[in-house]
Amino acid sequence: MINYLIRRLALTLVTIVVLSFAIFTIVQIPPGDAIDREVRAREAQGDLVSREEIMTLRRQYGLDRPMAVRYWEWISGFWRGDLGRSASGRQVSYLIMERLPQTLALSFAGLIITYAVAIPIGIYSATHQYSIGDYLATGIGFVGLSVPGFLIGLILLYLFYKWFGLSIGGFFSTEFKSAPWSWERLVDLINHLWVPLLVITIGSTGGLIRTMRAQLLDELGKQYVMTARAKGVPKRKLLMKYPVRMSLNPIVAGIAGMFPYLLSGQVVVAIVLNLPTLGPLLNTALVTEDVALSSSVLMIQSMLGILGTIVSDILLGILDPRIRYERGA
Amino acid sequence: MALANDLADTSPRTAADKRVMTAEERFFAASQWQLMWRKFRKHKVALASLVILVIFYLIALTFEFWAPYGPYTDQGLVNAPPTTIHFFTDDGRFTGPFIYGIEQELDTETFKRVPVINKDEMYRLRFFVHAEEYRFWGVIKADLHFFGVEGDGRLLLLGTDDLGRDLFSRVLAGSRISLTIGVVGVFVSLIMGAIIGGIAGYYGSWADLVISRIIEFIGSIPNLPLWMLMASIIPLDWPIVRVYFMTTIIISLLTWVGLARIVRSQLLQLRTQDFAKAARLAGASDLRIIVDHLIPGMLSYLIVSVTISIPQTILAETSLSFLGLGLRPPAVSWGVLLQAARNVQNIVLRPWMLSPAIVVILTIFVFNFVGDGLRDAADPYK
Repeated sequence: MINYLIRRLALTLVTIVVLSFAIFTIVQIPPGDAIDREVRAREAQGDLVSREEIMTLRRQYGLDRPMAVRYWEWISGFWRGDLGRSASGRQVSYLIMERLPQTLALSFAGLIITYAVAIPIGIYSATHQYSIGDYLATGIGFVGLSVPGFLIGLILLYLFYKWFGLSIGGFFSTEFKSAPWSWERLVDLINHLWVPLLVITIGSTGGLIRTMRAQLLDELGKQYVMTARAKGVPKRKLLMKYPVRMSLNPIVAGIAGMFPYLLSGQVVVAIVLNLPTLGPLLNTALVTEDVALSSSVLMIQSMLGILGTIVSDILLGILDPRIRYERGA
Repeated sequence: MALANDLADTSPRTAADKRVMTAEERFFAASQWQLMWRKFRKHKVALASLVILVIFYLIALTFEFWAPYGPYTDQGLVNAPPTTIHFFTDDGRFTGPFIYGIEQELDTETFKRVPVINKDEMYRLRFFVHAEEYRFWGVIKADLHFFGVEGDGRLLLLGTDDLGRDLFSRVLAGSRISLTIGVVGVFVSLIMGAIIGGIAGYYGSWADLVISRIIEFIGSIPNLPLWMLMASIIPLDWPIVRVYFMTTIIISLLTWVGLARIVRSQLLQLRTQDFAKAARLAGASDLRIIVDHLIPGMLSYLIVSVTISIPQTILAETSLSFLGLGLRPPAVSWGVLLQAARNVQNIVLRPWMLSPAIVVILTIFVFNFVGDGLRDAADPYK
């Protein structure tokens, strides 16, 4: 197990290095850098900028050095928590820390809700195949899987407004935004949270219901189930003890893909619903060409995705010794 | 089972028996594709979806004819709600489809322009009308439209946007970019996926190791933020066509992974089969073995995953354009149209701006149904 862990973590390290390099390179691609923009802005105002001045500016910002050196400075600063300044003049680390907890909370809540909802529904769907409930569950699963969250979000937003007069968007209503924690504030938060959570999780839940149902149906058709039933094992005990446990394996493996998926889906949903998470921050950073901010946000989001993958791999390694040996040995 | 019974049956055949046999013989003699088509036809929802899909694509290719107006034409009515089509006049007389005239008046209390229906003006709905001139695919001059209203009437099936442009015509126009970007994008990622996955699957060993790691790597990072980053570096002053192709390539850069995974696992499995070994022993080249013997074996899987990848590509474009990072306003695509639905205020005041979302959802559904039908049809064990 330890061997497996070490290998897995080493691989992750390589992945993160490659990723950081890729992000750094892509961010550098657009022609012209911050200095060029500054020079253009000054020239537009009628200032004449001499070559020497440009060179001084470049040296000041460290842009005259080779890319490898700049990359090293960026990445080593990243590990120390120094992410530079955004174009708005504020510390990038401050802007990110302001939103990171909400992003994490929303993703984890989404993950937990997905599993808590999808597994029981999947079990029900498989044990009551072709019942009305099954059709309903597979129907919802199909919708959730094929329609992206933000489109559902847009339509829900309108319907909720029309039916209940709810104003959704953000985490709190205006009167609770900076109020101290109280019972009403919590209620307000929950009122605002369930719509984004529903929208974020509907896709992953749909997919999971499908997998769980298919896996369990496969497992229920096997002969050991028939044998056990013939020997008089109570139906419920039999179901929970063997087939359900067997079919959970690929579900746990699915956590790996689920986390990046939830992070990705969150971006647009958060923009539509006006949630203070990393997604909208990245969007504005990209639109305004705020390089320091966008590369850092992207780096953090990708690392969260990779982290989710490792956690699920380790979980799977604990659950299934075959995976440990295959990948670790 | 049926076959075993028939073989055991040695009694003299009647004419009716013979007809049954020929049908069965046809079944056994049918090619893989014919078998797939037979199974697919039985899946009614998938078949209907396929028909809808074909219609969608035909409209996308010839939208100039189907749309009553040009996508950029100002109708003179800003933010007008969808026009209601009437069949009966106020006194209950049936007249066939017509619409009333609409005028915009300034509400003196809210200082907003509100549409007012003018019942004195009636415009009949007509098919195959000669109206606004357009250039078909930007080349051929024409003015024939599938439908429209006579005279000065304004038929706004889905209302207008804040520049007074007919949303229905714009949705149809947007389908050209949105629907084709799916096909073009998947074509690019199919080529990438087939080559990269093919190398991994056929040659195995270290090539497989490296490529599998890359596939895993791309799978572990959230797609959309990375797409956003790549799309954000497209220069703002590029012409629409270049942005279109650039967006397509950007989307393909991450979606090839899924197709590569399938090609790889299929090839890994097929290359050890006896027929592949036999071909190798007979001296066939690698390329020939792959093209002649291995690709036909996995073609059905590929077609299924291509069908499922197309809607994902369409969605990627919609999301990017929606965020303002993909195609940008002079271009008309569903994502661009949805930009108007970006804030809650707009959705509440002008819910008809959401209609492109419904069209996108419908398209995705239809694609998924076809994909599901194909998957079932391609599965020999079902």
